[in-house]
Amino acid sequence: MIPHSYLEFERPIAELTVKIEELSSMGRAADVNIAEEVQKLSQKRDKLLHQIYEKVSPWQICQLSRHPERPYFFDYVEHLFDDFQELHGDRAFADDQAIVGGLARFHGRSVMLVGQQKGRDTKEKLKRNFGMARPEGYRKALRLFKLAERFDIPVLTFIDTAGAWPGIDAEERGQSEAIATNLLELSRLRVPIICTVIGEGGSGGALAIGVGDRLLMQQYTSYSVISPEGCAAILWRDRAFAEQAAQTLKLTAKDLLELKLIDEIIPEPLGGAHRYPKEAAAILDKRLQDNLNHLMILPEDKLLEQRQQNLRQLGIFQS
Amino acid sequence: MNWITRLIEHPQAILRKDSATPEGLWVKCKGCSETLYKKEIMRSAMVCPRCAHHFRISVEERVALLCDSGEYQAHDQGLQSKDPLGFKDKKKYRDRLKEATKKAGNQDALCSYMGKIKGQEVSISIFNFAFMGGSMGSVVGEKIARGMERALEKKCPYLLVTASGGARMQEGVLSLMQMAKTSAIAAKLQEAKLPFVCVLTDPTMGGVSASVAWLGDIIIAEPEALIGFAGPRVIEETVREKLPEGFQRSEFLLEKGLIDDVVDRREVRDYLALIFSQLTQRPYAH
Ligand SMILES: [Zn+2]
Repeated sequence: MIPHSYLEFERPIAELTVKIEELSSMGRAADVNIAEEVQKLSQKRDKLLHQIYEKVSPWQICQLSRHPERPYFFDYVEHLFDDFQELHGDRAFADDQAIVGGLARFHGRSVMLVGQQKGRDTKEKLKRNFGMARPEGYRKALRLFKLAERFDIPVLTFIDTAGAWPGIDAEERGQSEAIATNLLELSRLRVPIICTVIGEGGSGGALAIGVGDRLLMQQYTSYSVISPEGCAAILWRDRAFAEQAAQTLKLTAKDLLELKLIDEIIPEPLGGAHRYPKEAAAILDKRLQDNLNHLMILPEDKLLEQRQQNLRQLGIFQS
Repeated sequence: MNWITRLIEHPQAILRKDSATPEGLWVKCKGCSETLYKKEIMRSAMVCPRCAHHFRISVEERVALLCDSGEYQAHDQGLQSKDPLGFKDKKKYRDRLKEATKKAGNQDALCSYMGKIKGQEVSISIFNFAFMGGSMGSVVGEKIARGMERALEKKCPYLLVTASGGARMQEGVLSLMQMAKTSAIAAKLQEAKLPFVCVLTDPTMGGVSASVAWLGDIIIAEPEALIGFAGPRVIEETVREKLPEGFQRSEFLLEKGLIDDVVDRREVRDYLALIFSQLTQRPYAH
């Protein structure tokens, strides 16, 4: 699949792709020379793709993590799971569309899925508030976590949000309380939990569905305490320094693995998940299966002990 | 989280202009504009005797105010922040830490104590806003964890007094994860049936608000304290609306049903003693 929108650093790839397409459309008449040229150019493009993606910077990774054509939670639901039944609402205030959840089957096993959904077109973006949840979204997630626990169903969460919604309504209904409660309840939920960052991991809004037994990150995703733009605006007093902020915040999967804050990097196909969503889904499928199989054989007490020990050890300081 | 850290840089520009204990003999009250004799305010817990405006107070003043006379000992004083990311903006994090230590002491942004409140033993942690805006990094998270664990060990209540701009940006995801770490141990206090009380003071925002601050069995706030998840400026920029009067202040939170009560600083000690005696089913020592 060829994405429609290219990022700035992908421009050389885009240019080559256009050339290949032009030549291909000319060469319908089985012109040998054109076919050869197309093949040569395609090879060149693959090499270029490799070169560019091999050394993407943290800032470029931030852009990739927000790529408008990156697979969203619903795309993975479609590729990875069967019988998805969406469960709506927090049973108290509303059905927040920025967080979606429901039961599904994963290779025959019941699982509870909870993920942030950003929305593709303008209409859906508005409906889903760009993937930024309000308290009722986090409370819906909590309701589903508890439901899963009651029926011994493992939980898989998919993180993709710029952050929790910073709005008047969200504050009035206790955004802080909703997030805090999820952190506490997830730390002691008596079923396996695997959290995967599939796009943007935006601060507390991401963490509120991000506490579990495994934290995985796809290769070109980011996870940060603050957006690089926000960080730059504060510390440099200029959003234009977002690139520098992205560098120093250590928000890439590679950085976070080195800091032992995540368990695993899930590779993406060369050129990113947005270019080859099916292939990306297949890799994710395998990694989720392996991790889940491993967690399912652990006795419940052992599972909780491990999770709580991992949480207890978070932090680097001098004593 | 933008606003929060802006506040760390320029607290005076954003907060009510009483962010430090006033210097000198005379002080002008921001609440009623009266010129007051400083000793007089100090005698009333840094609360204006005329209009009840709450001035900010230091950790030392706070712990002395809460505990029985001289009945408290400091704990976990040796923990120091490292610079695990090698964080650097216009300034290095290491240099910021040095400056903060010079300005606000070598306890990072939180001090822990074992103390007695009307005879009741309590494990106490108090945020120090003067140290990098009370931001929570690895040291603050660890100190809260240890404070909670002391309560578990001594089977006594845990008291947390907050004043924080949120997570400490300079420690990246490590500071974000302190939210998860502290929340996980708060769960253990619940399971051990040990009272956990939060006193929210001006300001309590961001990652601190969205974790431990909101996990207390009882949550009270000092009058007119600014408390919330997102900073008012970020909200204003996002929704492009004027914020309602008193938005994110203690009284607003009380009205919205988000906290148990708003308690005048001069009455917090009595309030705590009573709550602890109720929850632990012991007689109240008047
Ligand atoms: Zn006054």
